[in-house]
Amino acid sequence: MPQKPAGTLYRGKVGMWSWVLHRITGVAIFFFLLVHVLDTALVRLDAAAYNGVIGTYKTTIIGLGELGLVAAILFHALNGVRIILIDFWRKGAKLQNVMFWIVVAIAAILFAGFAPVHLMHVFSEK
Amino acid sequence: MSVVIEQPKSPRSRKAANWEKYGWMYMRASGAILLILIFGHLYVNLFVGQGIKGIDFAFVAGKWANPFWKVWDGLMLWLALIHGTNGMRTIANDYAERPMVRKVLNYTLWIVCAALIILGTLVITTFDPCIDPNASTYLPGVCAVK
Repeated sequence: MPQKPAGTLYRGKVGMWSWVLHRITGVAIFFFLLVHVLDTALVRLDAAAYNGVIGTYKTTIIGLGELGLVAAILFHALNGVRIILIDFWRKGAKLQNVMFWIVVAIAAILFAGFAPVHLMHVFSEK
Repeated sequence: MSVVIEQPKSPRSRKAANWEKYGWMYMRASGAILLILIFGHLYVNLFVGQGIKGIDFAFVAGKWANPFWKVWDGLMLWLALIHGTNGMRTIANDYAERPMVRKVLNYTLWIVCAALIILGTLVITTFDPCIDPNASTYLPGVCAVK
């Protein structure tokens, strides 16, 4: 009978899941970045073509997707600060767990400030 | 390329530059700068004014009339693409078990990274707002009436 692995400091805990989230958000942001550099490059070619492509960013579906993008960026950026503090701050490793929840809290507050404003823009007439 | 792990107790070999260390340092240094650059980018482009609805060619032309935003966007381009590509390299090294697959993935990543950095840099440095036929309306004195 396979047994459940014994509890460790890392596996299944905040340390692991923050790492998983950091990877997933990082990959998502990377692929958006590839697209975003390409669509912005259109400003060098043709104004109407750029306006057409950027118009898709203003649609409801992509507008909601931008909420996800901003959420991913907020988590990745703030968790990156946590990683830097773990590496360089004397108490960083000891406080990594509580710092994760501080990261989540700050990201949630910033997201709560951003989301309503963005949704008003997305659902505005113009 | 197979991964060689040195005996932990053996003295540090100083034969070659420690690229993994520089990569490790780069991720932290660029990450800290990118936090400021990207939060600023999101605030100006998505939060204030009309947000996403306010972005069009004229918006970009207005921003890039100021060298400050050209430098901002150029820094963001270079730092973010290298940061992201190095992160993807780490992931490819973790999960691609066959050496050939890893090699192809890593070459592809850096070729795409270099191509987009060159493209983006050319776009920012050679940008001409007057290619928009309506540019004279929002940039009077800069672009002639067409």
